[in-house]
Amino acid sequence: MTPTTTSAAINQSLLARCLRHRSFMIGGVLTGIMILAAVVSLFWTPQSAYDITIANRLKPLSGTFWLGTDQFGRDIFSMLMVGAQNSITVGVVAVGIGLVIGVALGALASARRGWTEEIVMRMSDFTFAFPAILSAIMITAILGPGAVNSMIAIGIYNIPIFARLTRGSANAIWAREFVMAAQAAGKGRFRITVEHILPNIVNIIVVQATIQFAIAILAEAALSYLGLGTQPPNPSWGRMLSEAQTMIYNAPLLAIYPGITIVLAVLGLNLLGDGLRDVIDPRLSRQR
Amino acid sequence: MSIFLAKRFLTFIATLFGATVVVFLVLEILPGDPALLILGIEADPEAVEALREKLGLNRPALERYFSWLGGLLTGDLGMSYTYDVPVTELVRERLALTVPLAVFAMVLSTVFALVLGVYAASHHNKVGDFGVMGFSQLGIAVPNFWFGILLILFFAVQLRWFKSGGFPGWDAGTWVAFKSLILPAIALATVQSAIFARVTRSSVLEVLREDFVRTARAKGLTRSGTLWQHVLRNALIPMITIMGLQFANLLAGTIIIENVFYLPGLGKLVFQAITNRDMEVVKSVVVLLAGMVVIINFIVDILYAVIDPRLKVHDV
Repeated sequence: MTPTTTSAAINQSLLARCLRHRSFMIGGVLTGIMILAAVVSLFWTPQSAYDITIANRLKPLSGTFWLGTDQFGRDIFSMLMVGAQNSITVGVVAVGIGLVIGVALGALASARRGWTEEIVMRMSDFTFAFPAILSAIMITAILGPGAVNSMIAIGIYNIPIFARLTRGSANAIWAREFVMAAQAAGKGRFRITVEHILPNIVNIIVVQATIQFAIAILAEAALSYLGLGTQPPNPSWGRMLSEAQTMIYNAPLLAIYPGITIVLAVLGLNLLGDGLRDVIDPRLSRQR
Repeated sequence: MSIFLAKRFLTFIATLFGATVVVFLVLEILPGDPALLILGIEADPEAVEALREKLGLNRPALERYFSWLGGLLTGDLGMSYTYDVPVTELVRERLALTVPLAVFAMVLSTVFALVLGVYAASHHNKVGDFGVMGFSQLGIAVPNFWFGILLILFFAVQLRWFKSGGFPGWDAGTWVAFKSLILPAIALATVQSAIFARVTRSSVLEVLREDFVRTARAKGLTRSGTLWQHVLRNALIPMITIMGLQFANLLAGTIIIENVFYLPGLGKLVFQAITNRDMEVVKSVVVLLAGMVVIINFIVDILYAVIDPRLKVHDV
């Protein structure tokens, strides 16, 4: 068998395993719906998500307003769709920051060992003292609230998580025979990291990225709820909840829809992450 | 043991010290001129100069840092710019709410998690187990502030058993004050216990497979006797680790939940301070919260060594 057909066969069986895995499929469908809603909302929403029409305030569910309207007469369904854009952007950027810097630091720590590793690990220990919300408070206090600042805050929180994970998994790979063989063949530490270490830990990092994505969506919702995240008039799930809370006696349903949307989005990503972990490496699922 | 403790203690002090440096750099050096930040860019230059004088900003940064650090150690956190009272006084008042709330939530979530986790493990692969795991999967996805709003909707708006928010203060009577913390604590604890229950379940399952459990059962100990006397004690280590790590999240959750229930705690204080650009208060509260996380992690480290002496040999 040629190498191409082998890797095609592996990919095919991976796909088959994915399709058979229940968590993966449920998570995949939920995440797919969220992404689809965000993409479609770029060029179409049932109504405008921004127009304030007081005449339409607090309308019930109907053919025109699929989930009714809020106290400003805005269409809830359209706001939820545009809100998905917002959550996905924050998730991608925040996980991206954590992934790029964290993996680089973790891989560096693992390749250099010694005091480099010590410094990286102590710094990541230390970042744990600042949960996302605390970094967000500090950043907002000096830069003011906003979506970009919340992405930075959540991203900073993600860095030590990826750094630790990368260093731990990379250390295990460094001890394997084929890496020692590569060293004996005279390859440098940087080249070994790029050619052998990273390809072997990419699976585990992808799984973690899915889970951190879910956490970023939760964190963004919390920051927006507190008024530190996405600013009006851009719709965000968290701010929809804080606006709904002021109407809790008159229109309790307003507080239900955004909440369920957040839960489904986060649940979808978590299930997808769990599913991916099982499919990619069945040994890992047993450790849970 | 003493070397382990000394090493851990040094790291702990270094981390605390590092936290103060970061907070000072970010909140006092990074913005350039804190006086301008407080008063706004269009402020009258004389007013800015007066405020600089009042806040002692004309002194060199290093001197300011050390006097702030000295203040932190002696409990003098400076004056609040908006309230014009010592920050220590403000913080002390708010801690009387935030600390009991966080502890209450931690206790509740531990109890929930132990019961659910042990139940699921002892009914492994049965309906009860799937139920607990389903709850846990869902619980991890639920934002605690939304769960708080749902609790308000159900218990305050519909049933009218509780108020929808506010805190009467401990002077109004312990029960009255405590009652206003029940919904917030449940909101925090339920979501938190979803994570703990998973860890409890898997660590109990792990221990159940050990030989000594079979021995205990063989010598005639009942199933529940084995579970509570032998298994749980051995399953504690991973649980304590997760709880320590999760304490930071719980504290962060407390900040948010205080805003959901309009509770005048540290969380509410820091948000008002951000709105009012009261940097002295922001600085003190942030360093206090970070300090609490570091202290809890230190205690967890020490607890490891107490519970499992083997661990101190490895550098965990």
